[in-house]
Amino acid sequence: MRLKYVMSEVMVGLWRNVTMTVAMIITMAVSLTMLGASGLIYAQVKDMKAYYYDKIEVAIFLKPEITDDQRSSLEGSLKSDPLVREVIYESKDEAFKKFQTMFSDVPAVVDAVKPGQLPESFRVGLKNPEQYQQVREAYVGKDGVDQIIDQRNLLEKIFNILGSVQTMALVAASVMAIAALLLVGNTIQVAAYSKRREVAVMKLVGASNWFIQAPFVLEAVVAGILGAIIGFGALALGKVLLLDGSLSELTDLLTPLSWSKVLVMLPLMALAGTLVSSITAWVTLRFYLRV
Amino acid sequence: MIQLEHVTKTYPKASRPSLDEVSVGIEKGEFVFFIGPSGSGKSTIIKLLLHEVTPNRGRVHVNGRDVTAMRSWKIPAFRRQIGCVFQDFRLLPNRTAYENVAFALEVIGKTKAVARRVVPEVLELVGLGGKEHRYPHELSGGEQQRVAVARAFVNRPLILLADEPTGNLDPDTSIEIMRLLDRINRTGTTVVMVTHDSNIVNQMRRRVIEIESGRIVRDQARGVYG
Repeated sequence: MRLKYVMSEVMVGLWRNVTMTVAMIITMAVSLTMLGASGLIYAQVKDMKAYYYDKIEVAIFLKPEITDDQRSSLEGSLKSDPLVREVIYESKDEAFKKFQTMFSDVPAVVDAVKPGQLPESFRVGLKNPEQYQQVREAYVGKDGVDQIIDQRNLLEKIFNILGSVQTMALVAASVMAIAALLLVGNTIQVAAYSKRREVAVMKLVGASNWFIQAPFVLEAVVAGILGAIIGFGALALGKVLLLDGSLSELTDLLTPLSWSKVLVMLPLMALAGTLVSSITAWVTLRFYLRV
Repeated sequence: MIQLEHVTKTYPKASRPSLDEVSVGIEKGEFVFFIGPSGSGKSTIIKLLLHEVTPNRGRVHVNGRDVTAMRSWKIPAFRRQIGCVFQDFRLLPNRTAYENVAFALEVIGKTKAVARRVVPEVLELVGLGGKEHRYPHELSGGEQQRVAVARAFVNRPLILLADEPTGNLDPDTSIEIMRLLDRINRTGTTVVMVTHDSNIVNQMRRRVIEIESGRIVRDQARGVYG
C-alpha cells in the first residue's frame, strides 16, 4: 500500500514538471554515455596491451654484407640473453614472401621490390616488452647489425590517441555530470516547493523523514536510471553503427569490442546515475525540507 | 505533562526576545489559554512545544521528555503524540475531508483498513458525518476547522495544541469549535490554546496565562480575558 503511494507520488512528481524531467534525463544520459565510453576505452586499451604486447617483437635488421660468423654469434648471444623470450631468424626470401602477402592487394608495390632487396632480420620476442631499451643498447653497435626497430612504438601511438580520447570523454562526462547535478537539485527544489503543503502537513502529523523524502529521492533516482538506460542505448547504437559499421575498417586493427563488455556498462552506468541523483536529491532535501 | 523552565527564545535579527525567562507547568488533562497581544510571544510557545523552534536558553519538557535535547530523527515519533490545529486550517485542498484525515494516518504507516475504521468515527465525533467526501472548498470555515480538529485528534494524541483556531471564524462557529475542543479535553487530552478571542476565554472559564512582551504577567485558574 505504502509502496503504491510512494510510486504514484513519484510518477505524479515526474510528470508535473515534465520539461525539467526531460532535461534532467537527457543530461544524465549524455553524461553517463561519456562515462560508459571512457570505461569501454579503458577496458579496450587494457585488453589490447595484453594482446599485442605478447605478439610484438623487436626487429633487428642485418646489414647486407654481414658474414656467417657475425650472424651466428649474434644469434648465439640473443638466444642466451635472459631478457629474450624467443628468437626467430627471417631470411631475405622469407621477408620477401611476407612482404608479398602483406601487400597482395597492391601489385604495383610488390612489383617494385625484387627478392633479395629486403634485409634479413632477427625477430626477437622479449620477456617484458618494457625492457626494449636495454636490449637495444646491448645490440645496437654489434657487427652486422643495421637497425633495431621496436614495434611497440607504433602501438604506443595508438594507445596514446585512445588515452586522450578517453580523457576527453571523462572530462565531458564530468562537465555533464555537474550540469545533471544542478538540474537534479533544481528539480527537487521545484518538486519540494510544489508539494510544500503536503510536506508541512506530513511534518505536523509526525511522518518520518524517510517517508517525506522518499518520493523526492526516488523521483531523482528514476530519472537517473532512465538516463542510464538511454545512455546505454546510445553506447550500443555507437557500437553497431560506428565500430561495426562505418568505422569497421579502422576497428579491425584494434581487438574487437565484445557485447559482453558493452553490457557490463549498463549496471555501472545505472549505479553511477542512481548514486549521483540520489545523493544530490538527499543533500538538496536536507536544505529545503528542514524538520 | 508540559514544563517550560526559564525558556528564552530570541529569533535571529530580533531586537528583543519573543520569550524571556518563561517558566510554566501544565498538568495532564488541563485546558489552558495563552492570551496576549499580537507579537507577545504566545505562538512561539506552540512552536517550542512542536520543536519547530528551539530555545536559546532553558528547557522544554513534554510528556516527560526533554524536547530541547531531542535528536532530530526522534522528532517525527514525538509529534505523533501531539495534535495541532491552526488558524488557517492547513488542509490539503485536493483531498476530501475523509482523505485529509486519513492522510494523517497514512503517513505514519497505518493501513487503509485502520483508516476505514477510525476516520468515519472521528468525523462523526466532530459533527461532519455525511460530509466525508466534500473537498475543503466545498466546506464552510467552521467545517474546515472541524476537519482539522479531526485530523489532529485521529491519532488520539496526549496533547492538542491550537494556535488561534477561531481566528478565521465568526463568533457562533467559534463557540462550536470550542465545544469540540472541550469535548476532546474531557477525554483526557491536554489542550493548549493560543488566542486573543476574549469572548471565548471569558465563556470557557479555564486556566488563563497572559503573556506580554515575552513575559508571563498573569497565570490564573478559571480566568477571564481581563
